[in-house]
Amino acid sequence: MADYSALAIVRNALTGNENWKPAWRKPEPKTRYDVVIIGGGGHGLATAYYLASEFGIRNVAVLEKGWLGSGNIGRNTTIVRSNYMLTGNVPFYEHSMKLWENLSHELNYNVMFSQRGIINLFHTPGQEDEAARRGNSMILQGVDARFVRPPELRRRVPALNVSGNTRFPVLGGLEQPRAGTARHDAVAWGYARGADRRGVDIIENCEVTGFVRDGDQVTGVETTRGRISAGKIGVAVAGSTNRVMALAGIERLPIESHVLQAFVTESVKPCLDTVVTFGGGHLYISQSDKGSLVFGGDIDGYNSYAQRGNLPIVEDVMSEVLELFPAFAKLRLLRSWGGIMDMSMDGSPIITKGPVPGLYLNAGWCYGGFKATPASGWCFAHTIARDEPHEHNAAFTLDRFHRGYVIDEKGQGATPWKH
Amino acid sequence: MIIPCPFCGPRDLSEFAYCGDADNLAARPDPASTDQAAWNAYAYDRANPAGEHAEIWQHAGGCRRHLRVVRNTVTHAIGAVEMVGSKS
Repeated sequence: MADYSALAIVRNALTGNENWKPAWRKPEPKTRYDVVIIGGGGHGLATAYYLASEFGIRNVAVLEKGWLGSGNIGRNTTIVRSNYMLTGNVPFYEHSMKLWENLSHELNYNVMFSQRGIINLFHTPGQEDEAARRGNSMILQGVDARFVRPPELRRRVPALNVSGNTRFPVLGGLEQPRAGTARHDAVAWGYARGADRRGVDIIENCEVTGFVRDGDQVTGVETTRGRISAGKIGVAVAGSTNRVMALAGIERLPIESHVLQAFVTESVKPCLDTVVTFGGGHLYISQSDKGSLVFGGDIDGYNSYAQRGNLPIVEDVMSEVLELFPAFAKLRLLRSWGGIMDMSMDGSPIITKGPVPGLYLNAGWCYGGFKATPASGWCFAHTIARDEPHEHNAAFTLDRFHRGYVIDEKGQGATPWKH
Repeated sequence: MIIPCPFCGPRDLSEFAYCGDADNLAARPDPASTDQAAWNAYAYDRANPAGEHAEIWQHAGGCRRHLRVVRNTVTHAIGAVEMVGSKS
């Protein structure tokens, strides 16, 4: 498998582009691995990559029931940011941001990471105070943040309605300049190739149907491609967490599955060169490098595994787009889709050893899984390799709910409906 | 999604407010209990099935009654709907 370089592009162009090799092998599963990762999404692939590259564990398999990129890694709105406030969260997401900043170089794979900034708008003096507090917390913890006032907003985001004649007049925004977007599929493909060339077996079309036990200890998995034994098993299956954990005898978790819809318009010329979020409602919007506007809003708000939503949220999100950007009313909507979110009860993720001996769990990403991909993989690999969490994921335990150490960034109660 | 309200008839999803898992609400510990583990499990842990799921919806934009709705979380198909407390 060749590196990607200008020379390789020229050489392959001269030979009719017929000599490119597949980016990863299609191996048959072996009967035993040191580590098996269930879930070939962004987090699972990143975990396998860092297990091999950082922790020297190369006898690893990633089991994916479909094909790489078919889950949430290929279904999100591609936003990357680390504008958090709480101490349990900030170092983790900032670690992720630092990994993002070097990711294309590290993987020799262009993930199209674009630090175009994110501007979180505020509309009331109370929201402005909250934004100032959040910005100060970020700066104190080594993250970048600044206020953007309406005159600058008019220049930076010309399509934004800052006239004051709106239901929620824009008073300003809190910007994280280093935030931005990345090409979501390329993240999966880059990690897959990087893991594969370090010896990791990526096994697609391989669904886990049960666990093999020796007493309390989980020692392997039953799959549609046979039994595979493993020293350690990591579960990183996003919206399917409850279904996979039920196979291990864990029937109840602090997680509900909800559908989150996203939308893409037809492609237009460059008109939005940053990410904007709407604090008066809940909208996040950016323009992809292809020119389409990519946006989403709230979850539909009731348990769902449907990977499709219902019309009330479509109407709600569209009304928010038009409230902020009236000119976008002329655009045609190209497509919409739904992804299944692991909504944890405090809005924060779970990366932990257990809850069963031999198992390791990575779950509960709510809205925030994509931006976390590098650090999630890094911390999960650390937890699996060392049998203890890294300091950046030490707070993301499963038992924090029962111990009373919830990490409630948004401050909205113990329901998963609002985060 | 259309939910057939026993009082008002079939109405659009947008008239309803979701109020959570019906079986979990039914499993609330005795209010006099100080069993912390039981209260924590009640507050945070969920069954979260892929398939039939009993849940409470309020017909907030209609008769305002609370309904126990069995809904399939994979297909959005609505099964049995009854008013909460109608059996008592």
